[in-house]
Formats: sequence, C-alpha cells, structure tokens
Amino acid sequence: MYSYCSDPDALSTFRWLSCYLTTGVHMSFYWSFLKVLMLLAITAPVALGFGFLGAMAARAPFSPARWIGKGYIAIVRGVPDIAFFLFFVIALDQGIEWLRHQVKCPDWDQPIRQGSDFLVCSFAKMPLNSAPQWQHEAYGFSLAVVTFAIVFGAFAANVLFGAMRAVPYAQVETAEAYGMTHRQAFWRITVPQMWVYALPGLSNLWMVLIKATPLLFLLGIEDIVYWARELGGTKTSRFTSYPHGDWRMWYFLVLLIFYLAFTKLSEVVLERIMVRLTHAQATLGGEAQRKAS
Amino acid sequence: MSCFETFQAYALRSVGVGERLLPGSDFTLCEQFTLIGSGMIWNIYFGVLALATGFFFAVALAVAKGSANSAFRKPAEWFIFLFRGSPLFIQFFFAYFLFLNLKGVHPVFGPFTAAWLGALIVLFLNTAAYTAEIFYGALRSIPQGDIDAADAYGLTGWPRFRRIIWPTMLRLAWPAYTNEAIFLFHATTLVYFSGFPAWQQKGDALYYASYFADKTFNPFVPYPILAFYFILLTLVIISVFAVINKRLNRHLPQARRAKLKLRMNLIR
Repeated sequence: MYSYCSDPDALSTFRWLSCYLTTGVHMSFYWSFLKVLMLLAITAPVALGFGFLGAMAARAPFSPARWIGKGYIAIVRGVPDIAFFLFFVIALDQGIEWLRHQVKCPDWDQPIRQGSDFLVCSFAKMPLNSAPQWQHEAYGFSLAVVTFAIVFGAFAANVLFGAMRAVPYAQVETAEAYGMTHRQAFWRITVPQMWVYALPGLSNLWMVLIKATPLLFLLGIEDIVYWARELGGTKTSRFTSYPHGDWRMWYFLVLLIFYLAFTKLSEVVLERIMVRLTHAQATLGGEAQRKAS
Repeated sequence: MSCFETFQAYALRSVGVGERLLPGSDFTLCEQFTLIGSGMIWNIYFGVLALATGFFFAVALAVAKGSANSAFRKPAEWFIFLFRGSPLFIQFFFAYFLFLNLKGVHPVFGPFTAAWLGALIVLFLNTAAYTAEIFYGALRSIPQGDIDAADAYGLTGWPRFRRIIWPTMLRLAWPAYTNEAIFLFHATTLVYFSGFPAWQQKGDALYYASYFADKTFNPFVPYPILAFYFILLTLVIISVFAVINKRLNRHLPQARRAKLKLRMNLIR
C-alpha cells in the first residue's frame, strides 16, 4: 500500500508490519468484520419480526395458529442451534430450488433425488450457473441471514410472548370496556407497553446473537473466522513476499478481543436504553429512579 | 448387512472400536442411527466431565467474586467476563492454536491438541465461568434472615459456609444450573467444527450427522436423528437434575418448593 513496501525483506519490523497489515488479503479480512456487523444489523430486526409473528401466533385465539407458534418456539429451543444452522442452510437452498423447479420445468420427468444427488433443471438453479460471482455471494449471505432469523426468531418469540403476558391484564380489560375490539386493544394497549418487559430478555438475546456470529463460518461465508484461519496459517516465501510462521493463534486472539470489546460496548449501550425506558414506568426500576432524582 | 451387524460394526466407532471404514454409499437408516448415536458418546463424555469438574471451580469463582477482598474479586470478575463475553467457538479456535504453538515449544503439550483433552479444558473453563455467574447470583439472594440466624447460633467461617450458605446457594441456583447443563451439552457439538481435528473420523454426533448430510446431500434424515438423540439426552438431564432438586428442597414446605422451570438453549 505504501511506496516503501516494494521490497518487504529489507524493512524494519515496524514498517514490515505496516506493509503486511495493509495487503489486499488483509483488506478482505477487515471487510469481513463489516460483513459480521452487517449480518447483525440485518438479522436483528428480521429476527425481531419473526419473533413478533411467532409470539402473535402463539397467543392467537385460532388454535392451529397457536400450535404452529408454540411448536416453532419449542422445536428450535430444544435442539443444539448449530445443528439448526447446518440444517437450514441446505434445507432452505433445496426448498427454494425445488419450488423454482416445480414452476419453471413442469415437464421434467426424472426424480429430483437420485441416490445422493439433488438434481433440478438448470433454469431452477439458484442462483443461475451463469450468474456473476457477487450474486452467488449475496445469495449465500441472504440464506445465512434467513437461517439466523429463523433460529433467533424463536428465541425472540419466547421473550415477546412472555412480555405480552406481563402487561397487566387490567389494562386490556379497561380497553375492551371502552369498546375497543380485541385487535385494537392488542395494537394500542399491549404492544406499546410490552417493550419495557421485553427489553431485559431482548438485550440478553442481542448478546447471544453477537456471540453466534462466528457460526457464519459454518454456513460457508468468508467471515472473520475464515480469514483468520487463512491469513494466520504458515506462509513460505515461495507464495508470498511476507513469509511468517503459524500465527493463527494471534489472529484468533484479535477476534477474541474484538468480541469482548463489542460485548462490553453493547452492555453499556443497553444499560442506557434500559434507564431511558424505565423512566416514569410503574415498575420497581422506575420507582427507584423517581426516588433518586 | 443386517441392522444388528451394523450396530456391532459401528456402535463404538466414535471411540475407534469396530469397522474402520465409514459407510460410503447407499446409507441405510440403521447406519445413520447407529453412527450418530455412537457419536453421542463424545457429547456425553465432554458434557459430564466438564460439568463435574467445572462445578467445583465455579463454586470457588463465585465465592471469590462475592469476596470483599479485591485481590480475589478482580481476577474472578475478569475470568468470568473473558469466558462469558466471547463466543465459545472463538475460544475453541484460540485454545487449539495456542496448544499447537505450545506443542512446538515442548512435546508435553501434545495431548492438549487432541479434542479429548484440549476441548475438555476449554469446556471446563467455559462452564465454570457461566456457572460461577449463576452461583454468584444465588449467593447474593440468600435471605438475610438465614445469615442472621447463623450468626445468632455463633456459626462463623467454614461451618457457616458449609451448613448455611452452601446448601441455600445450591437450592436457589439449581433451576438456572439445570439450564446451564443443557446448554453445555448442546455446546459440545461445536468441538469438532472448531479446529480440533476428528482423528481417524472419530467424532461426535454432529460430526457424523454432517458427514451423512454432506454425502447424501439430504439434510432431512441425519439432522432429525441428531435432534431426536438430543431431545432424549435433554430429557435425561432434566430428570436427573429434578431428582437432585427435590433433595435440595426436601426441608421446605410443599408450596414453597421451587419447581424446575425450563428455559432452554441459548448459544454461548
């Protein structure tokens, strides 16, 4: 990157490092940190949406919807999450290709599963074989987002379900006494009040979501774990102008520190939000604030 | 091969007994059930040993964190933050490469790069940190009346801890500790996906499940089998912990006994 980097062998340690850490592959490494943050930024609201739908389904008066909602929460929570990640990535991919296959090639007469192959017609491939590289990456990334959202949606559904029930029932009764319908009472009374009850659970979930991001690696995304393994491995001078031994330990130490710092930062921010939300609420926390000021 | 023969060949495959080659094609349901079940041996091994050893370290950590002396408190706080604030997945990777480097320094560290020891140590430290936080919370919520009563009886120091604080702490922490045990068993599935090599294809249940999923390109069979085993294991853990919970609460009147509330499965 710098002009003096043309001959790395002749450089002093500091300058060597400054060149080494700004090579093209290291830029990909830094870019992958952004990828992780992007995943968090996209997944968190999507998972919250899934959670909201799940919680609404779980308390619906219509019983099949209730079974679906409760089943969704129970199944995802009973099995190791990593198994879900590995499962959904393939299952979603095959599901999408199967649907496209049904729509695009209705006159295909061979079975789709032949032994250990999954064959769909070439128009149904997702993305198409001829698609540019970025489309493949974007598709992989969106599959990862949906997988994360499904798993964390179940956790969020559980939290929101509890929060909706924590809103004092007298509030809903009062609303209905004033002539609101079931739906109006839900949207105007329950939903605005539930957030303060949901926040401790949701902030816990956020911490868990942060700590789940390295699992992106298992979904085949070139994330920070992937690059740390790639870059840290022993490099000989035949393949690179920056030969070094096995530095993977140091790369993972950096990741460890990154996650610790991120956790700490989140803790501080969430604590502030909690202080804001409890302000003037009829809870113990709100009462304590009132007395302190 | 009949199902019984398959069972004989693969039931202990994950610990290196039986057929050397894994089935390569035309996978039967029986093979998948047997091999994934065989992998569960490792999940149980990691889970049980890490829980059993982590428990004692966690008690020490919790007491240290609750101590008034900052020479004890600070290290315990840092330890707990380090292991609870970072992903277990990264901890595994870091530990594996650390042990690999240490092995280069001295061959004594050779066994640490194998999963049976290296991953066990990480799981031990990790569960100790999570459990310590649970026990610390329980320590802080011991009713003041119990401590006052102990003081009134002239109990101090070790006898007070042994007879009053310790049983109450365990009783209060037990429901949360049950959840921690369940998470820990789920977390053992990460071991073979995080650097530690499955030498001679001896891996845990998820390792075999993903082996089958890769080979057949059909996730709809092996993963549900894995889920079945884990739900079974979870039920066993719950019933064992419920028995202990009952014993811990045996002196309380029926209505005040804490029921085990199950809140399962969060990633660490």
